Amino acid sequence: MNRIFSLATVVTLAAGSLGAQAQPVAAGAGATLIKNATVLTVTKGTLKNADVLIQNGKIAQVGANIAAPAGATVIDATGKYLMPGIIDPHTHMMSDAINEGSLSVTSMVRIQDILNPTAVNIYRALAGGVTSINILHGSANTIGGQNATVKLKWGESVATMMFPGAPPGIKFALGENVTRKNQNQIIVVGQPTPPRRYPISRMGQEQVLQDAFTRARDYKATLDDYKARVAKGEKNLVAPRRDLELEPLVEVMEGKRLVHAHGYRSDEMLMLLNVAEEFGFKIQTLQHGLEGYKIASEIAKHGAGLSSFADSWSYKIEAYDAIPYNVAILMRRGVNTTINSDSDERVRRLNIDAAKLVRYGGLTEDEALATITINGAQQLGVADKVGSIEVGKDADLGLWNNHPLSVYAAVDKTFIEGKVFFDRQQDLVMRDQKAKERAELEKAEASASTRRGVQPVLPQEER
Amino acid sequence: MTRVRLIAAAALAAIVAQPARAQLGSYNPPPGPQKTFAIINARIVPVSGPEIAKGTVVISGGRIQAVGASVAVPTGAEVIDATGLHVYPGMMDAGTSIGLSEISQGANATVDISEVGSFNPNAMAYYGLNPHSAHIGVTRVVGITHVVTRPTGGILSGQAALVNLAGSTAPQMAINRNLALVIELPRSGFGGRGFGGFFAAQQGPANTQEVNRTRERQLDSLRTMLRDAEAYGKALDAYAKDKSLPRPRQDVVLASLVAAVRGQVPVLMVADRASDIKEAVGFAEENKLRPIIVGGRDAWQVASFLKDHDAPVLVTSVLDLPTREDDPYDVNYGAPAKLAQAGVRFAITSGDAGAEARNLPYIAGMAAAFGLSREDALKSVTLWPAQIFGVGDKLGTIEVGKVANLVVTTGDILEAKTDTKFLFIDGRLVPLESKHTDLNNKFKDRP
Repeated sequence: MNRIFSLATVVTLAAGSLGAQAQPVAAGAGATLIKNATVLTVTKGTLKNADVLIQNGKIAQVGANIAAPAGATVIDATGKYLMPGIIDPHTHMMSDAINEGSLSVTSMVRIQDILNPTAVNIYRALAGGVTSINILHGSANTIGGQNATVKLKWGESVATMMFPGAPPGIKFALGENVTRKNQNQIIVVGQPTPPRRYPISRMGQEQVLQDAFTRARDYKATLDDYKARVAKGEKNLVAPRRDLELEPLVEVMEGKRLVHAHGYRSDEMLMLLNVAEEFGFKIQTLQHGLEGYKIASEIAKHGAGLSSFADSWSYKIEAYDAIPYNVAILMRRGVNTTINSDSDERVRRLNIDAAKLVRYGGLTEDEALATITINGAQQLGVADKVGSIEVGKDADLGLWNNHPLSVYAAVDKTFIEGKVFFDRQQDLVMRDQKAKERAELEKAEASASTRRGVQPVLPQEER
Repeated sequence: MTRVRLIAAAALAAIVAQPARAQLGSYNPPPGPQKTFAIINARIVPVSGPEIAKGTVVISGGRIQAVGASVAVPTGAEVIDATGLHVYPGMMDAGTSIGLSEISQGANATVDISEVGSFNPNAMAYYGLNPHSAHIGVTRVVGITHVVTRPTGGILSGQAALVNLAGSTAPQMAINRNLALVIELPRSGFGGRGFGGFFAAQQGPANTQEVNRTRERQLDSLRTMLRDAEAYGKALDAYAKDKSLPRPRQDVVLASLVAAVRGQVPVLMVADRASDIKEAVGFAEENKLRPIIVGGRDAWQVASFLKDHDAPVLVTSVLDLPTREDDPYDVNYGAPAKLAQAGVRFAITSGDAGAEARNLPYIAGMAAAFGLSREDALKSVTLWPAQIFGVGDKLGTIEVGKVANLVVTTGDILEAKTDTKFLFIDGRLVPLESKHTDLNNKFKDRP
């Protein structure tokens, strides 16, 4: 996939394309050498004046004075900081729909079917050093749909953006968004009010889970029975009808599908952990989990991870006891903890959110960086490929002009598998070209400036 | 202790004698007395002048009494050794509604941010302000010592107050309870945020005309009210001079507008788009008001206009996503740098109702990452907002005679990693406990 484009070619392409943002640049003949950076490996400490060699999309070497292979692109990173690409374990980016809100259990629907690979917010996230995201359904259903783990290869197809080898997952949700207790307050004239739907209480949520997994257990028994009889050589068997609702839940019980469960209050999260234990599976991550600190021991014992906000709170009742020390308390108990954005805006500055954890709870800088890199990779089951700067991992990297835990830091370049998907210098060159192009087009079409367009409204995020 | 259980908690509190925890958000410990303090061996960033590598700040009677490299410690002063620490003037968030809305979703009873109807010039943030809001405690511990809190909604939203973030009552907190009038001018055309604009626009041109007519009617009502207030003020003055005149019928609504129509207090005008900003300034000038733009997302596009009209801007949108798909990704990050370059007076604000106001320093930091000098970023959250509201002689720098709102930090005050070690508001030492440290302490060692 990596081909050499001369700068002239790149500029020609840029001038000819209609999008305002920089197009991804194919750089290096399969090799890029980043020289003399401060390398924040996250898992293996910080290396000063170090080089990182990228070959075939992977990190080939990390160390001092690495010689550039012939034909390699060499980037002088003196005074700059190289860190692993940021991983956001909770977002709704690229999604043309977020909730299939009709049923309490919508395990059959899939995020990957409704992704927009040209969403401009991908580019904006790349400009914040983000390379991988976990796209989840909203929180309308106790059991929601199947999530998608995606690499932000902006400009490529959804098929190539899907993270290769990432284990499948599913979104669960608990609390106010499921019971829809807040929706009574949002009445839009002319818009239908949402119908009442079971459950409207945390009692009902527990029973939705009990019911769904009881049915899934029966379905699994039927399937297992069928497979056993086939294995015994029985003939003329009728296969059980495939159940698209229960199939993903069977995968959950078999440990083949990761559960990412939205919840705020400690009691509802504890309920979920207990139901999961009753049916013999694990919750991979508690999402938000803002009261996780109240049940840190129980979460650690279950073995769930938790993906929190750094410091958002008080935007609804169940977020009123959220504290910015949540991550630190959980981490000290051995819970794998991450920071997520849940927002196309916030995803652009997860580095600053991570820095807050140094203040609140005294995380080390490496621990803070881990909450937006390696820990997320572990939560998404892709830690063998991304999340740290180690030889053999994918070259998903962010090159920053300052320490990424500083508010004064900005991204120079973002790489995914060695390819540059964001380049600030290039962006600056191209925005001038676009401005000129736009001015010319507006001049040519005199009526254009008098037209008033309407911004399309994207689905609201529910956090 | 949250949720509906709060009601039960409030009832129980009387029995268990825990009044400090009886109310929603009664977590802010009160500040200490106005004593004489000497902060010694500190790196001092006065903002008004060059840094002092190692010096002393003396506070007494709520004011800064001395600052410098070789300042004597008064006898009897409480000495704070700030070796390795940094002293900054307290930051000012000029774009909040702090204390007016505790939980915006699902707890309407905690929301006192707007009044009924469109014209509420007499609705005062000062009377909606809950001094015990948990938002106050968590905001001040990052070094935000005073804020402008304002009502929202309608057309004449009410009156903003300038308050210190310490004190158990509104009178103890208030620096100026009638700081500014707030106007949310109806927007021209469509294309903005929110359902109203979108759904209205979908209904086509007939509706566009109707919206424009409604807007014109609203603007006319506003003009009429402002003229009435001017006349009301004149009538009051005339009666004060000559009691033989008929006594003007007292009117609390018009009375609340007199200072603004006389240009004695500024008017906060909420506007983000270039056209709305120009229209707001034009409307203010037409009606002899002193405008301060709040929002100001596209202010950089009309920077020379704003400079020519000397209209300052409270920028709330540094972290907003770009509005248009083809905007540069950093269009809003970089906006303050453009305003600074053009010589527009501005301040950076959180633009948050309260809970997230504590992000103010990092928002200014982001502007500095995208072209604003670090010195200007610091001024944009200290001295400049104070100057915009005419209190630059009292707040915003570490200078002798100013209100002793000071923060002693472990590092650069705009950095997210930086912690606060000592906090002074109005010359009082403020405990660094908050709802969040409280819950942290309760649960961090739970087995």
